Amino acid sequence: METGTTEADIISTVEFNHTGELLATGDKGGRVVIFQREQESKNQVHRRGEYNVYSTFQSHEPEFDYLKSLEIEEKINKIRWLPQQNAAYFLLSTNDKTVKLWKVSERDKRPEGYNLKDEEGRLRDPATITTLRVPVLRPMDLMVEATPRRVFANAHTYHINSISVNSDYETYMSADDLRINLWNFEITNQSFNIVDIKPANMEELTEVITAAEFHPHHCNTFVYSSSKGTIRLCDMRASALCDRHTKFFEEPEDPSNRSFFSEIISSISDVKFSHSGRYIMTRDYLTVKVWDLNMENRPIETYQVHDYLRSKLCSLYENDCIFDKFECVWNGSDSVIMTGSYNNFFRMFDRNTKRDVTLEASRENSKPRAILKPRKVCVGGKRRKDEISVDSLDFSKKILHTAWHPSENIIAVAATNNLYIFQDKVN
Amino acid sequence: MAGVAGPRMGQGAAGGDGDDSLYPIAVLIDELRNEDVQLRLNSIKKLSTIALALGVERTRTELLPFLTDTIYDEDEVLLALAEQLGNFTGLVGGPDFAHCLLPPLESLATVEETVVRDKAVESLRQISQEHTAVALEAHFVPLVKRLASGDWFTSRTSACGLFSVCYPRASNAVKAEIRQHFRSLCSDDTPMVRRAAASKLGEFAKVLELDSVKSEIVPLFTNLASDEQDSVRLLAVEACVNIAQLLSEDDLEALVMPTLGQAAEDKSWRVRYMVADKFSELQKAVGPKITLNDLIPAFQNLLKDCEAEVRAAAAHKVKELCENLPMEGRETIIMNQILPYIKELVSDTNQHVKSALASVIMGLSTILGKGNTIEHLLPLFLAQLKDECPEVRLNIISNLDCVNEVIGIRQLSQSLLPAIVELAEDAKWRVRLAIIEYMPLLAGQLGVEFFDEKLNSLCMAWLVDHVYAIREAATNGLVKLVQKFGKEWAQNTIVPKVLVMANDPNYLHRMTTLFCINALSEACGQEITTKQMLPVVLKMAGDQVANVRFNVAKSLQKIGPILDTDALQEEVKPVLQKLGQDEDVDVKYFAQEAISVVAQRLRKLDFPVKDSEEPSTPGADKNHFLRPRDPERTLGSGERDGRLSGSVASEKTVEAVQFRGTHAAKGPAYQRHVNTRDTLAQLEIAELVHFPQSRD
Repeated sequence: METGTTEADIISTVEFNHTGELLATGDKGGRVVIFQREQESKNQVHRRGEYNVYSTFQSHEPEFDYLKSLEIEEKINKIRWLPQQNAAYFLLSTNDKTVKLWKVSERDKRPEGYNLKDEEGRLRDPATITTLRVPVLRPMDLMVEATPRRVFANAHTYHINSISVNSDYETYMSADDLRINLWNFEITNQSFNIVDIKPANMEELTEVITAAEFHPHHCNTFVYSSSKGTIRLCDMRASALCDRHTKFFEEPEDPSNRSFFSEIISSISDVKFSHSGRYIMTRDYLTVKVWDLNMENRPIETYQVHDYLRSKLCSLYENDCIFDKFECVWNGSDSVIMTGSYNNFFRMFDRNTKRDVTLEASRENSKPRAILKPRKVCVGGKRRKDEISVDSLDFSKKILHTAWHPSENIIAVAATNNLYIFQDKVN
Repeated sequence: MAGVAGPRMGQGAAGGDGDDSLYPIAVLIDELRNEDVQLRLNSIKKLSTIALALGVERTRTELLPFLTDTIYDEDEVLLALAEQLGNFTGLVGGPDFAHCLLPPLESLATVEETVVRDKAVESLRQISQEHTAVALEAHFVPLVKRLASGDWFTSRTSACGLFSVCYPRASNAVKAEIRQHFRSLCSDDTPMVRRAAASKLGEFAKVLELDSVKSEIVPLFTNLASDEQDSVRLLAVEACVNIAQLLSEDDLEALVMPTLGQAAEDKSWRVRYMVADKFSELQKAVGPKITLNDLIPAFQNLLKDCEAEVRAAAAHKVKELCENLPMEGRETIIMNQILPYIKELVSDTNQHVKSALASVIMGLSTILGKGNTIEHLLPLFLAQLKDECPEVRLNIISNLDCVNEVIGIRQLSQSLLPAIVELAEDAKWRVRLAIIEYMPLLAGQLGVEFFDEKLNSLCMAWLVDHVYAIREAATNGLVKLVQKFGKEWAQNTIVPKVLVMANDPNYLHRMTTLFCINALSEACGQEITTKQMLPVVLKMAGDQVANVRFNVAKSLQKIGPILDTDALQEEVKPVLQKLGQDEDVDVKYFAQEAISVVAQRLRKLDFPVKDSEEPSTPGADKNHFLRPRDPERTLGSGERDGRLSGSVASEKTVEAVQFRGTHAAKGPAYQRHVNTRDTLAQLEIAELVHFPQSRD
């Protein structure tokens, strides 16, 4: 699905809803596009519900903060779906400063019949009105409308990097570089600051918050990751302010690997709880790590995403790629994890078999229902057929945002301005 | 245009024809779907008028089906609709047809907006009472069941609020079903529904038979109180208040208290906070014996909780708790079991805790009596008066009256004074403002001598504060002091000091003199005003700053009624006339306004005229446009050059007048609309159809 190549079209977030029936994307132009899976039809078994555009709306507009002389981009940083509560769907979308709650609903009836107008809209002579007509609802073509229900603004001084809905369904949190705020869905004019790591003197600043997420079942638990490669788990039961963490996950640094870039590449770009709530997964520049909530001193699993880049860190630093923020996702049963890389490659790791695969999202080799071929990056001297050399990787084609259907093997991969949806081969 | 609707309507009314009222109704019906929310809202609010015109039959068969499907609208429209439908029984044909209202309310009860849903539930509850017992089982109970087993949790949450209204009137078989539905909602998958169920648990328990309360409600309560979601557990605490009232002391002890004890020690501070917050209600519900055995120890723990929010909530309840203890042995319990913990809180690390305590601690003195207060409480008060947090000190000072009654304020005055002085000079103007508000109260309790000696100078200092709000509050404070201490006191202590400021080099201070005179003249009376104040005001008419001069004009207008006619005629009038010729437009304007008011008074005294014949003064009705002229009115702009904002305001005036002009020109186009509304207003009276509530 190509939509042109302007900056505004670059996809900045992808997210399935809780049933997997809908898929939302946000882009740099502040738009949200929602795709709906087609109902499975019985006579076409091999075509298991494709995703078609369901609704498109402008979620955020560019703004200017006159008090601080700051431009506020319209780019959608994150989208989070709310559990469905009635026939309509609800999602949160955020840019750098403002979180919005959107309602996406269907309408298939419209009222007909006026007293003072005829069917063509011409005014009737009031003198001819002898009876009253009550409008009647008639079926019409399905219309999907998106309406902003709440705007949660003015609570973040820094850029919002994460939003996460609590399992109590009545609160959510929003995290920026230095603070995490807790909101009630019903209340827009106040939020509670639960974490504040801003030092009294900004010159003493050594780390920032990079991502935050609520536990999927325990309403009181959340984690946040930092630019220093550490993860803190906080318990909101213990105290109203969660500046002190309950658990602190950190892997001791290997002194032999220490370099100028160590600190930059250890910065965590994404943190995700497993669906079971037992594990957390973190992504740093070169690896994905899985941590057991019960073990704080090291991750239980570490997967190399693109270790061949270790020798190229210098040039990646120069072209700023080293600061790219890759996200990571779990599959529905927590057995496979997926994350992105460069050259439109994305990686999957099977936690049980320890097998891993590199796949490419490209328009050339992804004709509808074509099977994806694994790709290999050649590391050393000789390049075999089908391999691609590290030097010929295209660093401008990066896959930062991916999503996995909550229960099936369907994945959505955002490659700059293209969205690819892949699914298991049907037998 | 105005003519089109007008005459025809008149004709219709004369002919007594029913159709003539159709036009406004037709407009209302069409506006139900107008693009303008406000018009839709207006139409919905007149829904009864529409229904009345349509008659009961068409309301049931056409209007209600239409409304059932209009749940796409804005929240405020839906809210109004939900509210209207609660009073609609009469308009659909009385109690026999009340069930026709259920479908639209049912769809409103499933919308996502909580306020709309709550209103729909409220209306449903109202309508349930209008159902006959048969209709209730045939229509209302099935609706409740439908909602309770709905796919979406919005409908299930709404169902929770409906059980208690239909239960008492249902047959035994249906009762069992209702209880079953409630039970399953209490263990619903979504926390939203469990929260709704928990919040209605107490209410539902009240309508149940005592046996069922024990056998069913108590287990539900126990489950909810140990729910995995904090937000559910804390609501169970609230339910506890209601359930406790229903059970005997023994049952309480056995069935409820263990759970409540758990809640008071819950891992989540929010649950413990809830226990602290509901403490007085719980105390009343469980009775004195259990309070002593179980609640007091729990309260002690809450007072030393590790979370400041909990301690603050508990500290707030200290006084109420002590008050509600049985008289017998109260003093001992407080002295031995509560006071030691309070002493700790006085030096708490958190200022919110301290200020919560400070806001109630003084109330203990009446409960404990003079001896204990002096021995035990006074040291605490004194410590809090020296607290580093201004909020704490303010809370103590604002409650001084309680102590005054018991031990007299003298005991405190030594410590009080430094505390007041410090607050009076606090860097935050809001703190200064707060202490000013208490000044008259303090003055009353400390007496005039103490005031003159120690506090008077503070009051005067506030008059020259650099924040306008403080100067204004100080001015108003003076009036209250004069009312308390009398004219003579004012003449000797305040007035001279105020008048000296008239020669201050700062024009803002000179204006303060004028503002004080405006405020004080009435309290001081004619003699002081004429002899002491008036000369100063008149002298200031020659001030070089225009702001001062036009305030002189305003002051003269203000104190005019207090002066006698001689002074008005001979002293005030010439000065005003001179100001009326001033080079500054604002001064001129206010001078002329004052002249007309003064002249009116003089004329009335000489030859009384009827008010209606009074030629209206040209400037008078413009007055409210001119408000912004007073540069000091808006906080913050107080220090700006007044003249600038004055001239800006004049421009605004011109604009405003022009605006009104254009409006007037458009007048006729609006009239038709106004006309329809008038007819509607008459129709409204007819809509009050009363139906007796049917209940068997």
